[in-house]
Amino acid sequence: MLLDPRGPRFSAAVTTVVLVLVLITGSGWLALAQAVVFALSAFRPALSPYGLVYRALLAPRLGRPEELEPAAPFRFAQTVGLGFAAVATVGYLAGAPVVGTVAAGFALAAAFLNAAFGLCLGCEAFLLFRRATHRPVQSRVPNPAAH
Amino acid sequence: MSPGLWVVVAVLGATTVLGLLWQRSNGRMRDVAGPAPARPLVPEPPSGHTASPDRPGAQSRAGSSDRAASSGAEPPAPGHPALAGLDLDLSLPVTLVQFSSAFCAPCRATRALCADVASRTPGVAHVELDAEHHLDTVRALDIRRTPTVLVVDGAGRIVRRASGLPTRSQLMTAIADLV
Repeated sequence: MLLDPRGPRFSAAVTTVVLVLVLITGSGWLALAQAVVFALSAFRPALSPYGLVYRALLAPRLGRPEELEPAAPFRFAQTVGLGFAAVATVGYLAGAPVVGTVAAGFALAAAFLNAAFGLCLGCEAFLLFRRATHRPVQSRVPNPAAH
Repeated sequence: MSPGLWVVVAVLGATTVLGLLWQRSNGRMRDVAGPAPARPLVPEPPSGHTASPDRPGAQSRAGSSDRAASSGAEPPAPGHPALAGLDLDLSLPVTLVQFSSAFCAPCRATRALCADVASRTPGVAHVELDAEHHLDTVRALDIRRTPTVLVVDGAGRIVRRASGLPTRSQLMTAIADLV
C-alpha cells in the first residue's frame, strides 16, 4: 500500500495542534480521542480521520503527488503514537496528570518533528531497536586452524 | 501559565533545535579513516593478501586509533571485513552500498538518487541492502540509521559514509576522486 506523503505530514500537523490542546487543557477525553485517531490510522490507514480530511479538502487542490511512499513507516509511527496517547489518557483520567503530561509531551515531540521537519522519530529508532534486541547471526569467520 | 503550557513551550523549543541539527546532518559524507585509495600511505600489494590477523567478530570501527596505527605498519587488508560476507560485486571503482529498512521514507528517495547516479556515471554501481536482514553487518559497521550509504572503492574499502538522504551534489562530490 502506498500513500501520498503529504497526507501523513498533514496528519502530523493536526496531531501537533491536538496534543498542544491536550497539554494546555489537561483533558483526558481529548487525549482519548487522539488515541482513537492513532489506532484507526495504525490499523486501517485508509480510515485515518486526518487522512480523510486531507483527501477531501487538500488533495484535490494540490494536484497529484510526484512520489508515493510506503504505508509501513506511517503505520509504525501511528502505533508508537497510540502507545503514548494511551498512557496520556490513562494518566489524565486516572488522576495522575504528571504521567499524562509526560506522555503527551513525548507524543508532541514526535508529532512536531514529523510535521515541521519530516523526521519520523519512530522510524529512526526502529533500526536501533532491532539492533539491540535481535541476536546477530554469526557471520562466517576464517578458520585459524586452516593455515 | 498552566504547567502544560510550559511543557508545550519546552518541547517545541527543544525539538526545533533537534530537528535543525538532524536536517544538517542528513547526507553529510564523512571520510572513513584508514588507508584511503586516493592517498595510500604504503604501496599496495597487487592482490589477495588474506592472511592479515583476524579481527575477532569483524568488529570494525575503522577509524579507531589503535587500528589505524596497526594498519599503517602492515599492508592494508583487501577490503572491509564486514563487507566480505555480503557477497557483493565490488569490481567497479565505486559501489554505493545503501542500507535501507521497511520503516524508512527517505530510503526510497535515496534509492532513486543513487540508482540515477549509478546509471549516469560510468564506473559506479548501486546496491541496496535491507538492514534487517544484515543485522550483524549493521552492528559491525555501527549503522544506526537508515538510509546509510557507504562509498566503497574497487578494493572493497569503505572510503566514506553518510546517513540520511544526501543531495545529488553531496553524492557526486563524495565519488568525484574515485571515478
